[in-house]
Amino acid sequence: MAKKFLSGDEAFAEGIRLAKPDVISAYPITPQTIVVERLSEMVEDGSLKSEFIHVESEHSALSCAMGASAAGVRAFTATSSQGLLYMAECLTYASGGRFPIVMMNANRATALPWNIYGDQRDSLSLLDSGWIQAYAENAQESLDLALMSYYIAENEKVSTPFMVNLDGFIVTHTYEEVDVPEVSLAEKYLPPYQTKNKLDLDEPKNMAFSAGPDHNYIFKFKEHRAMLDAVPVIDQAEKKFAEIFGRKYTGLIETYLTEDADHVIITLGSIAGLCRETADKLRAEGKKVGVIRIRYMRPFPVKELAEALKNVKSAAVLEKDISFGNEGTVYTNVNSALFRNGMLIPVYNFIGGLGGRNISPGDIENIFETIENGTSEKVNFIGIEVNPQ
Amino acid sequence: MSIGAKDLCTEEFFYGHKACAGCGGSLAVRNALKVLGKNAVAVLPAGCMSAVGFNFPQLCFGNNAIISTFAGTASMLTGIEAGFRARGIENFTAVGFAGDGGTADIGIQALSGAIDRNDNIIYICYDNEAYMNTGIQKSGLTPFGAKTTTTPAGKNIRGNIRPKKNMFEIAAAHDIPYAATATVGYMNDFLNKVKKASEIKGTKYIHVIAPCPTGWGIPVSDTVEAAKEIADCGLWYLAEYENGEFTLNHDPKEFTDVAAYLKKQGRFRHLTDEDISIIIKSRDEKWKKIRNEWQG
Repeated sequence: MAKKFLSGDEAFAEGIRLAKPDVISAYPITPQTIVVERLSEMVEDGSLKSEFIHVESEHSALSCAMGASAAGVRAFTATSSQGLLYMAECLTYASGGRFPIVMMNANRATALPWNIYGDQRDSLSLLDSGWIQAYAENAQESLDLALMSYYIAENEKVSTPFMVNLDGFIVTHTYEEVDVPEVSLAEKYLPPYQTKNKLDLDEPKNMAFSAGPDHNYIFKFKEHRAMLDAVPVIDQAEKKFAEIFGRKYTGLIETYLTEDADHVIITLGSIAGLCRETADKLRAEGKKVGVIRIRYMRPFPVKELAEALKNVKSAAVLEKDISFGNEGTVYTNVNSALFRNGMLIPVYNFIGGLGGRNISPGDIENIFETIENGTSEKVNFIGIEVNPQ
Repeated sequence: MSIGAKDLCTEEFFYGHKACAGCGGSLAVRNALKVLGKNAVAVLPAGCMSAVGFNFPQLCFGNNAIISTFAGTASMLTGIEAGFRARGIENFTAVGFAGDGGTADIGIQALSGAIDRNDNIIYICYDNEAYMNTGIQKSGLTPFGAKTTTTPAGKNIRGNIRPKKNMFEIAAAHDIPYAATATVGYMNDFLNKVKKASEIKGTKYIHVIAPCPTGWGIPVSDTVEAAKEIADCGLWYLAEYENGEFTLNHDPKEFTDVAAYLKKQGRFRHLTDEDISIIIKSRDEKWKKIRNEWQG
């Protein structure tokens, strides 16, 4: 393994080089652009033998990737924010067609107002599109997810597209030391893509068809089952990854000091690091606090969260998202998971970081303090006073 | 070598579908696939031909076929073509069949992108001059004067007030390797153009007039006749664009009566003499230009 100093975007591109997609279709958008620039350079210098297709829009980027996947080959695309929304029609199309495409999404605010900085409203608004959604915390995890995502998506039982999310700028543009695996090890990890779900001259097929009310329902049920079937495959993918590359991942969630914790922040993406640091500081002061980082929003860690929170007194969901007129979407999902498991601990929602606004160490400390003391407001906006009713 | 009806294979690739009687679009798809053969990989966007052909578990295509998103005919063709090539397969033809709305309106961006990249695909637009699948709404290829369900012919506005977009010349303006116009009324000409397109590398665009009896307001037995007459009266022309040059395939000495063509169709029945004279004037201007610029 070679250690390199890479940004999240660059690390992801390195992961894609190792995953060797046959077709890459991409359209530039900040803060994703560096990924496609690096990939085009790799194609140019011969270190990546992919068809690099300069599509004229994000809609075409994913439509083209679906064509490639329907032709039976490995496909990759990347986008962000408005681009993700522009291709949204193709998201449900790809999942319904069971095309195991991998897409990197640089999490970025959605217009209006225009804003290029990171929040997670783009991908979270598309949770129901039938894609597996993972959230990377740093550049290393970005690279590793580029490889693992294909392993998981292409599993015959799963056969579901996979969106890897990197926080805009904070992960995509921050340079870190990254282990870049050898090609030979990557080959050992990720077998070539094989599927029966493809157009074939020897065995012609009609694909992406219509299905009336009776059949449609069954297809949708199967799509749901396939997503649930991804859970053990994620475990398998991580075990094999640890065996070959020596780096361990922890499935749908990652817990930190939660075993004996009374108060826990649940979050996703890069802000988890600051939460852990703050937890360390508060632990030194004798506070029993912990952190859960959600790594996968779909399939959602229903059992895993219940298990990790079973002895907790209160929890906060910290997210860079708001579903206007309700609450943060991650919060909705967490509450539902706990309720389904018969748990009624107080859980508070903290919304922040929209449009890239900074979340400070003091903000995290405040969250821990607030959930320890309790507050009348369940849904809170960091830095904005919400008048009690 | 030119092909005729006798040269077409007896094998059917688009058969058993539930298109309406007299459907011009299905005629174009069925016969084009007979020219391209079993290794044609067809992409059809949302629209009439996909709606009538792909109803699980009744799937009618004998060759490989897939529905794309409405806007994504060309981009999906690009992906399929690249994917097959990546698999080392060479003996296939990636062909798209999209309607006028799927081509000139919602799909024009993806089509332009594919031509710009010169992807090795054939794109066939079957033009029935309105969104017929949703029940006859105006598209960018609905001709001047036509009544549709969104361009009603009333006292204040007499149907569609804008002329057809010229997709053939738009495709040619990309300096595409091959573009052609055709009509299902002159089937030999159309099929020879399909054949020719299959032998050219790069992007090929064929625009074929394919009447829809329901939308045009003609008897189901008159599809072919109407498709002949549109060319005979000069409201359509048969041409090709190749190696940077336009060629007019057929230059009639005399046009048949435009009014007769229009008055046979329910969608034009409301037109006044003044409307018809506008149509004739624009026809004559177009032909003058074509004859001046494309010939000699």
